[in-house]
Amino acid sequence: MSAEPAITPALIAKHGLTPEEYARIQSILKRDPNFTELGIFSVMWSEHCSYKNSKNELRKFPTTGPTVLVKAGEENAGVIDIGDGWGIAFKMESHNHPSAVEPFQGAATGVGGIIRDIFTMGARPVFSLNSLRFGPITGEGANVKTNRRLFAGVVSGIAHYGNCIGIPTIGGEIYFDESYDGNPLVNVFNLGILKHEQIARGAARGIGNPVFYVGAETGRDGLAGAAFASRELTEESKQDRPAVQVGDPFKEKLLLEACLELLATDAVAGIQDMGAAGLTCSTCETASRGGTGVEIDLAKVPKRETGMTPYEIMLSESQERMLIIVKKGHEQTVVDIFEKWDLPYAEVGVVKDDGMMRVLNNGVEVAEIPARQLADEAPLYSREAKAKPAPADLDLAKLPETDNRAALLTLLAHPSIASKNWVYRQYDHTVRAGTMVLPGSDSAVFLVREANKILAATSDCNALYCAIDPRQGARIAIAEAARNLACSGAVPLAVTDNLNFGNPHKPENFWQLRESVEGLAEGCRAFDTPVTGGNVSLYNESPAAAIDPTPTVGMVGIIEDERHVTSSHFKTAGDAILLVGGLGDELGASHFLKAVHGLKLGPVPALDFAHERAVHDAVRALIKSRLVKSAHDCSEGGLAVALAESCLSDPAQQFGATVEITAAGLRLDQLLFNETQGRIVLSTNPTHVAAVLMLLELRGIPACKLGVVGGNLVKITANGEALAWSLTELHHAWHDSIARAMQA
Amino acid sequence: MKAAVIRFPGSNCDQDCVLALREFGVETDYVWHKETSVAGYDLLVLPGGFSYGDYLRCGAIARFSPIMKAVKEAAAAGTLVLGTCNGFQILCEAGLLPGALIRNRSLHFVCQHQHVRVEDVANPFLHTARTGTLLKLPIAHGEGCYVADPATLRELNHSGRILLRYTDANGAATDAANPNGSTEHIAGIVNAGRNVFGLMPHPERACDARLGSVDGRTVFESILTTLGVLQAA
Repeated sequence: MSAEPAITPALIAKHGLTPEEYARIQSILKRDPNFTELGIFSVMWSEHCSYKNSKNELRKFPTTGPTVLVKAGEENAGVIDIGDGWGIAFKMESHNHPSAVEPFQGAATGVGGIIRDIFTMGARPVFSLNSLRFGPITGEGANVKTNRRLFAGVVSGIAHYGNCIGIPTIGGEIYFDESYDGNPLVNVFNLGILKHEQIARGAARGIGNPVFYVGAETGRDGLAGAAFASRELTEESKQDRPAVQVGDPFKEKLLLEACLELLATDAVAGIQDMGAAGLTCSTCETASRGGTGVEIDLAKVPKRETGMTPYEIMLSESQERMLIIVKKGHEQTVVDIFEKWDLPYAEVGVVKDDGMMRVLNNGVEVAEIPARQLADEAPLYSREAKAKPAPADLDLAKLPETDNRAALLTLLAHPSIASKNWVYRQYDHTVRAGTMVLPGSDSAVFLVREANKILAATSDCNALYCAIDPRQGARIAIAEAARNLACSGAVPLAVTDNLNFGNPHKPENFWQLRESVEGLAEGCRAFDTPVTGGNVSLYNESPAAAIDPTPTVGMVGIIEDERHVTSSHFKTAGDAILLVGGLGDELGASHFLKAVHGLKLGPVPALDFAHERAVHDAVRALIKSRLVKSAHDCSEGGLAVALAESCLSDPAQQFGATVEITAAGLRLDQLLFNETQGRIVLSTNPTHVAAVLMLLELRGIPACKLGVVGGNLVKITANGEALAWSLTELHHAWHDSIARAMQA
Repeated sequence: MKAAVIRFPGSNCDQDCVLALREFGVETDYVWHKETSVAGYDLLVLPGGFSYGDYLRCGAIARFSPIMKAVKEAAAAGTLVLGTCNGFQILCEAGLLPGALIRNRSLHFVCQHQHVRVEDVANPFLHTARTGTLLKLPIAHGEGCYVADPATLRELNHSGRILLRYTDANGAATDAANPNGSTEHIAGIVNAGRNVFGLMPHPERACDARLGSVDGRTVFESILTTLGVLQAA
């Protein structure tokens, strides 16, 4: 074995640690760290593990509420009460950097990681969502080719892992924008179900309890991936490929079943997955949470390669591994279950009372660090924030009028708006026999059979808004998520978030992070949806520039009665089409401006939380009164796109529509494509129109009848001007746009 | 009656199958692949999933699981065996059904609700349907393209052993409606003894009206009527 390298300023810098951070390490240890200890500190104090640049901001989130069983930050994922003794654990996490250099494995291991976070809590994972961002996939050029390769690879990777492990991927969102050229965002969400008494804890409790390592053998893959994820992507990032882990969904399926079988016994005192920073993170975090120490011997760790150094073993991010603190005397239960599932296991250590994370290699001490200070006392920074000036607002008078008939087709064919069937057909979205609303509606709706509960979930973020006004964009992300749930008949419960930003050392990026967090926090308070956890991904910068700020929101709601489950597409010819919330007029920051005029200009639409909430409450009330046959929110592309989607999005049948709208003083493009918030398109039995309008009026919510469902054309007469599209041309534009781009 | 759902490492539709059978009131057990007996069971279900990760070839390793010797013996003795998706692949690999399932012609995994047409009802699995009945069932597979040599296909056709074909919503077996490029649009076949049925669709995912289709009930109701548990309608 070669001698360990000497600790030099260059080596310290290479580990991403500043001189001040190194001095802090020296004062914690009261000596210089050795090479292994330096590696351990570097991954634990990376942004990915310590949130050192964002923690002060994250404290602004509301995290409590009557339904919160496990709070954000306490454990691997928060847990929310859904009644009758059942709880849900859910969380969203990013795998952006790995996916940029190795899209298939990067995305696959992202899925594997978030699923492990959920079953570590003792919950059975029941469905996944994902929120993806790529550079443009239409047009010519090397960037476009790269983006297609990344997009195809990420989708295959998610499909590979999710399909094999048998957890349905039932929804999410995908956007394409130049700001993600070379730096895609891959945010994956998973939700699991558990009984309250099944909540497992990631704490090393019980002095003398044995510490077991279970799951896949440790290899050299994913070395220091957390540190890799905490710096900018550069031309040289491809050399970081070894920092990308390789996933084995089959092994994780076995690990999932074995762990849930084990957790159902009385043998486990604590359990923690080995995700970012692997064995390092799991040992020091369990010790820190338990107020104990943990001693492990690396010689006992199952390995798939020979000659691994302590540094490599401690920093490996090999997938599908767990650390389990077993109640003394129950060792045989672990052995029996892991033998049954043919999974590697080993007793590697013991819980101690000295608060130390002590690492031995064949009995020889190679690292000794106070666990709590390593896990929880990383330096925290409030970086300098400087407002990024917004571009000048749109001057509508100077915006040339275009062919509005062609504009709708352009919008529907834009990959951000077009049908995502090319994607979700590759995901098993019906396994576990609970998918009540197929992908492509406002939210995913899933029947959790074990609990007989119906959950709705959505992920949302319009980064066009966030780029111009990050606070308002974040507020709208929460409002849109809540609106999507309302359209599905659900009451929002709680939120997980994934904060994707650029390098926080740049004051404008840090300002975007701060504004977004404060905007999300305002939204969460307005909708009584606490944040139960999430993830921060900084340093999302390709060689060109930082990404548009993207604070992705995952929101989960509950539907009380199966008869309230509502989808977005029209159901019956002859039904009346209504618009709740008014016609609107705000064209700033719209997808119309971007897709048709190539402009990213504000102002971002206004948002009034009280009005927004009143609209949601009203639509939910109408749904409960069985007066609504479909509900779809107006978001990207405005009313015209919402109407077209309501006509097209049922895979089984499509409908035309005849609609008339009038708003004095508005331009046609403004009327058709504005993105004023708080608006929902409903369809209802024609005999119920008067009742619906009356009920909305009683609540003080503007509403009007737009027209009627039926025919083979979508006809919109706006301010007296008649426009018409055949269903065939709309379907062609919308349904197959992504497949065409990927075949090009 | 009692049913067994065989659990291979990597099975992932085992829980769905158990739940569907139990909702029909059938006493159903999980049977681990390392077991060696299926005595006492009237129905054996080989569920979907990725047995052994499907890393070699779908179903290629599962056929060597200890339980498969018992499954073969039970099948030879006339016990009803139902294999869905990966279970169908295992039955082919194990030689209980002829032919093989290879990579979808599109090379993509495909998940959707798919129409299939009932081609023959003289069997325990579909006798409550009529020839020509259309069923709308979820499919979800990457390797569902059925292939067999010409002699086998002739034999399957002549003896009424092709039970399901992929069609469009009008019952037409067109190439556009064939989701995986299967030979002759074949979605499900039965063995010569008519007691071993393999199909790519997932009937267990279409038994609850809340999920949009109850057409999968046809398969279970036929089986249960055959076994005398349900009264014929």
